[in-house]
Amino acid sequence: MLTRVTPADSLQGRGTRHTVTVRVTHWITVVSFIALLVTGIEILISHPRFYWGEVGNSLTPPLFKIPIPSSRSTVPTGYTYVLPDQNGWSRYLHFEAAWVLLLTGLVYVVYGFYTRHFGRNMFPDRADRTWAAIRHVIAKHLRLTRSDETEGRSYNVVQRVTYLLVVFVLFPLVIWTGLAMSPAFNSALPWSVILLGGRQSARTLHFIVSVSLVLFLFIHVAMIVLAGFASRMRGMTTGIATDPRSVDE
Amino acid sequence: MNKISRRRFVTAGLATTAGISGLAIATSLANRYGLVPPDSGGIFGPGATLTYAAHRLFSRNLLAREFPRSKISTTPFANSIAPLSDDFKRLQSGGFADWHLSVQGLVAQPATLSLSDLRNFPVRSQVTEVVCEEGWSYIAEWIGTPLHEVLKALGVLSRARYLVYVSMDTDWWDSIDMEEALHPQTLLTWGMNDGDLPVSFGGPLRLRVPRQLGYKSVKFVTRLMVTDSVKGFVPALDLKSPNYGYSWYAGI
Repeated sequence: MLTRVTPADSLQGRGTRHTVTVRVTHWITVVSFIALLVTGIEILISHPRFYWGEVGNSLTPPLFKIPIPSSRSTVPTGYTYVLPDQNGWSRYLHFEAAWVLLLTGLVYVVYGFYTRHFGRNMFPDRADRTWAAIRHVIAKHLRLTRSDETEGRSYNVVQRVTYLLVVFVLFPLVIWTGLAMSPAFNSALPWSVILLGGRQSARTLHFIVSVSLVLFLFIHVAMIVLAGFASRMRGMTTGIATDPRSVDE
Repeated sequence: MNKISRRRFVTAGLATTAGISGLAIATSLANRYGLVPPDSGGIFGPGATLTYAAHRLFSRNLLAREFPRSKISTTPFANSIAPLSDDFKRLQSGGFADWHLSVQGLVAQPATLSLSDLRNFPVRSQVTEVVCEEGWSYIAEWIGTPLHEVLKALGVLSRARYLVYVSMDTDWWDSIDMEEALHPQTLLTWGMNDGDLPVSFGGPLRLRVPRQLGYKSVKFVTRLMVTDSVKGFVPALDLKSPNYGYSWYAGI
């Protein structure tokens, strides 16, 4: 399944940057992530206060508040108006998109291990597993050096570590903290919420991990724009590897 | 057509056929075992069905978390309720002595029960959390009559699939499946934290469904209907209901 780009291929501008499974799962994830983000914000607006521990409501002191108006008149926000309630469709779509994300993620992770995609393309090479290598990549980015030809075909060590964190830490955490808020899921696996320090802690962590994923999204898109939007988009849609001669387009 | 693309064509065809027949079998099995919620149509149907089916497969007889009494919230949040009607106020001034709960539909002996009738059934007390879909929560002790005790005493007919419960409040009702209705923690609640259930929390009678979100725990309950179909009684689909647009199954 894994198509490797030989030097000859890339010199002729041929070969596959990303396999079809990676491309399809990537874009399904993008669509479901955006749906989760928009509906997540809608749900958040109905109670823009966060707590720690098991319980929390408008009568208990919050850990922190988001300074926005609410879609409920019962929440003390400091604003004199109340936004329209959008939680009906937002909650339906949030959980539907979560199913799509979860199932797509499972396909991707099983594929990644089965084809050794993670081992080959994501896990940092032995030579790169040093702070010096990481510093080198960061310094190069800070100097805004143009990405060279090899970076159109392979990930550098900072990318690899970041992608592994997103796939194996942030996404599992956001799913776990989300499920921990379900009373029925709690009845099946009480430890899912107890380990997180309680229901309100789970909700607060769900928010923090979501914010981290959004930060990743911003940096990810910014890097793609800087590295060459057209060539990176081509790599992730048609799968065609960048012709080295057009790297700097 | 070269060799590889023909093989791919055949593989894709077989996979599609297997997928479609698999889906058809899954749908018929899901229907038979009660894994399809009444709001399974429309664009959100697949998600709602997956969630309901997953919960029903994996948490069928499991209990909602219960807490020690020391965890009872000192600041429970009552949430807003609609202005009380004159009928309600009249019953309230009489200490709810004339409050009645009628049980109709697919039961062997339909009945109308007063609050004192309900108190003659075995009493259950449970410290559980109220979880609002908005995100907030509190823990309280809920005291009442397990719904299954009442339903078993009146005799549920085998055709029964759902329970519809109706509030005295205008256009407020909801429904749950029989599994949730017969669940040991589904409670016809008339007491809270050692006292009578306050009106602001749904008194004199609220149906607490602790494995689902707060909006399924309808306040001021006066009528129960055991049915085989909730057509016309699913708030998620009913424009008149305050729960309009909210998913029928609220375990998440």
